[in-house]
Amino acid sequence: MEKIAVSCEEPSLDSPVDPRFGRAAGFLIVDPDTLEFSYVDNGASQAMSQGAGIQAAETVCRSGAKVVLTGYVGPKAFQALFAAGIKIGQNLEKMTVRQAIDKFNAGEVDMATAPNRMGHGA
Amino acid sequence: MIISIASGKGGTGKTTVATNMAVSLGGDVQLLDCDVEEPNAHLFIHPVINEVKTITTPVPEVDMEKCNLCGKCGEICQFKAIVVIGKTVLPFPEMCHSCGGCMEVCPEKAITETGRELGVIERGSRNGLEFVHGKLRVGEAMSPPLIRKVREYARPDVLTIIDAPPGTSCPVIASMKGADFVLLVTEPTPFGLNDLKLAVGAVKILGIPCGLIINRSDMGDDKVKIYAEKENLPILMEIPFDRKIAEAYSRGEMIVEVMPEWKEKFLKLYQQIEEMSFHKNH
Repeated sequence: MEKIAVSCEEPSLDSPVDPRFGRAAGFLIVDPDTLEFSYVDNGASQAMSQGAGIQAAETVCRSGAKVVLTGYVGPKAFQALFAAGIKIGQNLEKMTVRQAIDKFNAGEVDMATAPNRMGHGA
Repeated sequence: MIISIASGKGGTGKTTVATNMAVSLGGDVQLLDCDVEEPNAHLFIHPVINEVKTITTPVPEVDMEKCNLCGKCGEICQFKAIVVIGKTVLPFPEMCHSCGGCMEVCPEKAITETGRELGVIERGSRNGLEFVHGKLRVGEAMSPPLIRKVREYARPDVLTIIDAPPGTSCPVIASMKGADFVLLVTEPTPFGLNDLKLAVGAVKILGIPCGLIINRSDMGDDKVKIYAEKENLPILMEIPFDRKIAEAYSRGEMIVEVMPEWKEKFLKLYQQIEEMSFHKNH
């Protein structure tokens, strides 16, 4: 099964989904069948004045994940993820990583066709 | 000689001073409005514009036929303006600072220059006064490159008066750097004083001699004057809070047009600046 990157506040399945994609604390890279996971830190993006979303997209792409589950994705990050062929599930804040994965496995996550946030520059 | 007119706080009277001084001095003067996000000197100068130029800044364009996805362009870019992701290269032209690094490091010569529009520069004149201003494209985030292009119109053989934007960040520095004198316009209010201190700090770092004009000088308090004395900042002019001046402004007229006696004061202001920058430079 293809791996899923979920933006998270802590390196745990019970961490809240970090609503921000670009400036998320980190990503849990999860196998949706076995729930085995690894953690990728995204702290460096939080310190960037601009381009955080693009950098986060690069990080996710490097992790090998083919799907992103998160809260909000800005326009540049969306463009970068789209170019990398990574599918995006948005509006998944206010739940845990585990709940987001369950929702995805149940087929309840629609893959986005457009970003749901304006960038800082807009 | 280049005189930059700055303020820290917005709305203190930079444009009033710049336009009145430029018109009072008459010939062999050029006025460059470098407040490219909101230029307004033309509303008072009413220049006849005879040249309009679109200004662009170089940004990368990638030939995917030549690209081998090595990623060197993305590594050198400090602004995430170009990334190699998946099997493609994505330039983000609006993030690009035009350093040329990506083109330089590309081993396949796959990156060439294209342009991102910064805005336009308009040039004209009024009674022998040369006028130039920049108008930043709506949506463009970077004004310093356009400001520098406006400043390229400065001619060494004449007096160049620069109307700077408010604040103390990059656009203001781009409008003051290399000037022979900075004229700071403030008002005697806590806001005026606070932002004046920031502006004086910036001018000190640049090492440019400066002087002060207090606008609406008969209102507020005397804290600006106390500060000026302490900092050894010469007060070169005081403009009162006069209804006649405000009315003229609201009609797009200059002080020297409705109160010709002010012309002498602006000429004297220029003489003082000339003396001060002469002493500094010789």
